[in-house]
Amino acid sequence: MPKNILGREIPEFIEGYGKTQPFMGANARKPEGNRAGPKLRATFSDRTSKLVPDLKAAIAASGLKSGMTVSFHHHLRNGDYVVNAVIDACAEMGIRDLTLFPTALFGVHKKLIEHIKSGVIRRIMGSVNGPIGQMVSEGGMDVPVVLRSHGGRPRAVVSGDVKIDVAFIAAPTADAYGNICGSQGKSSCGSLGYAFTDAMYADVVVAVTDNVVPFPAAPVSIPQFYVDIVTTMESIGDPAGIVSGTTRITRDPLRLLISKYASRLIEASPYFKDGISFQTGAGGISLAVTAYMKEAMKKRGIRGSYGLGGITGYFVDLLKEGYVEKLMDVQSFDLEAVKSIAENPNHIEISADWYANPWNAGTAVNMLDVVILGATEMDRDFNVNVNTEADGALLHGIGGHQDTAAGAKLTIISQPLLRGRIPCVVDQVYSVTTPGEVVDALVTEYGVTINPRRKDLIDACQAAGNVPLVSMDELIARAHEMCGPTDPVETEDRIIGVIEWRDGTVIDVVRQLKRK
Amino acid sequence: MRLRRTMLYLPGNNPNMLMRGHLFAPDGLILDLEDAVAVREKDAARILVRDVLKRGEFGSCEVTVRINGLDTEYWQEDLEALVPLGRLDGVRVPKVDDAATVKRLDEALSEIEEKAGIPVGRTKIFCLLETAKGIFNTYDIATASPRVAAVIPGGEDLTADLRTNRSPEGTELEGIRKSVIVAARAAGVDALDTVFPRITDDEGLKRETEFIKQLGFDGKSVIHPNQIPIIHEVFTPTEQEIERARKIVAAAKEAAERGLGAVQVDGRMVDAPVVKRALFTLTRAGLLEEGTQHA
Repeated sequence: MPKNILGREIPEFIEGYGKTQPFMGANARKPEGNRAGPKLRATFSDRTSKLVPDLKAAIAASGLKSGMTVSFHHHLRNGDYVVNAVIDACAEMGIRDLTLFPTALFGVHKKLIEHIKSGVIRRIMGSVNGPIGQMVSEGGMDVPVVLRSHGGRPRAVVSGDVKIDVAFIAAPTADAYGNICGSQGKSSCGSLGYAFTDAMYADVVVAVTDNVVPFPAAPVSIPQFYVDIVTTMESIGDPAGIVSGTTRITRDPLRLLISKYASRLIEASPYFKDGISFQTGAGGISLAVTAYMKEAMKKRGIRGSYGLGGITGYFVDLLKEGYVEKLMDVQSFDLEAVKSIAENPNHIEISADWYANPWNAGTAVNMLDVVILGATEMDRDFNVNVNTEADGALLHGIGGHQDTAAGAKLTIISQPLLRGRIPCVVDQVYSVTTPGEVVDALVTEYGVTINPRRKDLIDACQAAGNVPLVSMDELIARAHEMCGPTDPVETEDRIIGVIEWRDGTVIDVVRQLKRK
Repeated sequence: MRLRRTMLYLPGNNPNMLMRGHLFAPDGLILDLEDAVAVREKDAARILVRDVLKRGEFGSCEVTVRINGLDTEYWQEDLEALVPLGRLDGVRVPKVDDAATVKRLDEALSEIEEKAGIPVGRTKIFCLLETAKGIFNTYDIATASPRVAAVIPGGEDLTADLRTNRSPEGTELEGIRKSVIVAARAAGVDALDTVFPRITDDEGLKRETEFIKQLGFDGKSVIHPNQIPIIHEVFTPTEQEIERARKIVAAAKEAAERGLGAVQVDGRMVDAPVVKRALFTLTRAGLLEEGTQHA
């Protein structure tokens, strides 16, 4: 079987996916041809309202038929009511064999399992986790799922790899003519960045809202000229699941220790100077790294340029206090972030295309100095797995992992060495999500492990004198000693998941788990 | 002189903590077989702690075990299982009431050390004073054996015995802390303070540490790793203090070489106690190696 550049066996053709292009290196694939586009349509002055009474009327008006592709965004996260409601309505209307193309799915969507079993959903292109992930991993879908990064997804749309027939956009606020706003209304979620590309490239765009306001709705996230149909639900989501309360910094001592080491690594690096830009996300460790960095910036009088990615209240404070000049927000995690994006012109709503698509004229991640990311596993070659658990089951989506790692000058994975008895460093990762060529360092409670190709960073840490360095060999030996050997995952030959690199080449495949 | 600013308790039944406690870089570790371990888990915890002592890493920490009290049936087994490994720097003993308790422990340790071929006297004793009687006998306890390295007033047990409780201000412990300091200094052992129980109250911990440092304590027992940097910061001399201490030590050295008695630094007389304090400051700052301060 042919292998890609990382030695992973990738068949030339995968049933239900098609012909494959093997991964050739982070920046190896160059696009050809033109952008794909949606169907042309015209709207004249005789139509001044796009409002239809309910979801079924919207689905009927959209022309959605069996076998088509429907897309959704995940800004309502675990509070989302829209995906389940739309698929329920499709089922009741006798529509089947749908391809689901979400930007991500959450636990609240486990209800889709019944629609997968009954054939309403035939295929999922997007991350699956929790009960759906387990079902897919055990062979519960006829067609493999396709995992793409936040940048890889808009790339697939823009290049025509994926054609969206109908985009259903959960809209916290909309007017009857289709202007959509993410930061107002009882179900507000702040940025609507992940929905932009769908709005621009779907043949039909349906806004689903629980807050219709007089025309024109403002501030506008997605403007009227992309939106074909507007409909309402009593509620599009549960606010408690949409945004979290105040995000607090972890008090877990182990995570704090890891954060301290990560922060020292950043301080020792050549990027810790005026104008530094960073993405640290909302996880326990990342937030604490940001807190330590803030202390260091204060001490050394350094001002950053921008914070990127999923934005939390902690980042909003950095903006208010002048530690960064701007926030570029593709996803707002908490109430503070939602409030800020509505009020502060320096808090900018950006699309996933702007954020991370490798195939445009320049994406936000390219300007990034530092990113802190997580991993379930990492290996001797610094390849990272975020998609599958140690038992081989699909666990997480890719998120912005590949994109930020490829873009940032310093990519740091921070992770405790052990989760229970499962080590985070192994000889070879089970699945590759992000290749070692774009990963610079791993930080654990035992210290900082730097990719040997970054000799400059090793020198910088040694010069700083307060960064404990530990080699990958040492770390793996320690993990072996503490945990002993683990049984290899047993699989069937059948491929149940395809992991694409952000440029659409296949970096790895995931095979069906053997029944125990 | 060994720094004992922080000694971190690690539950003897928690492998995760036992393996990783040293990563937080306290000055010392206390692998706990007493309060942290339920009666039905005593044997299992002892075996676990034994294995960790055999194989584990402890960085540069002073490694001690809190054994079960001499009023229980477990303490001898604790010692017999752990002391012969030759890895322990000391044992922390709960509820020491009088000098006789220390002497009994001293004899038991000597016997085990001799049998195991370990230098007799190597295993130090850290005495927890958790009763009014123990506090009353502090000096006698501290001088009952050359093994005694430190005396540590209790918190909860002691205040219960005093028929009071612990307040945020620590009024009830104030007199006790002062008397323990005098007895410890008179006996030439360290005085280590009790734990600060409110693990999320960073400000309160800082205040209490500043207070006990000013009284003269050498350090504090710690029940949560997040407390370590806060205590270390209080005990770490400031840049100014270090600079002044360096000047004093240099002046004293020069005076000694030239055969002079007292000298002046920045217009103030420098005599022996001032030099001693300066050397101590440099030790706390980690700028003097053990044994060099009297050179």
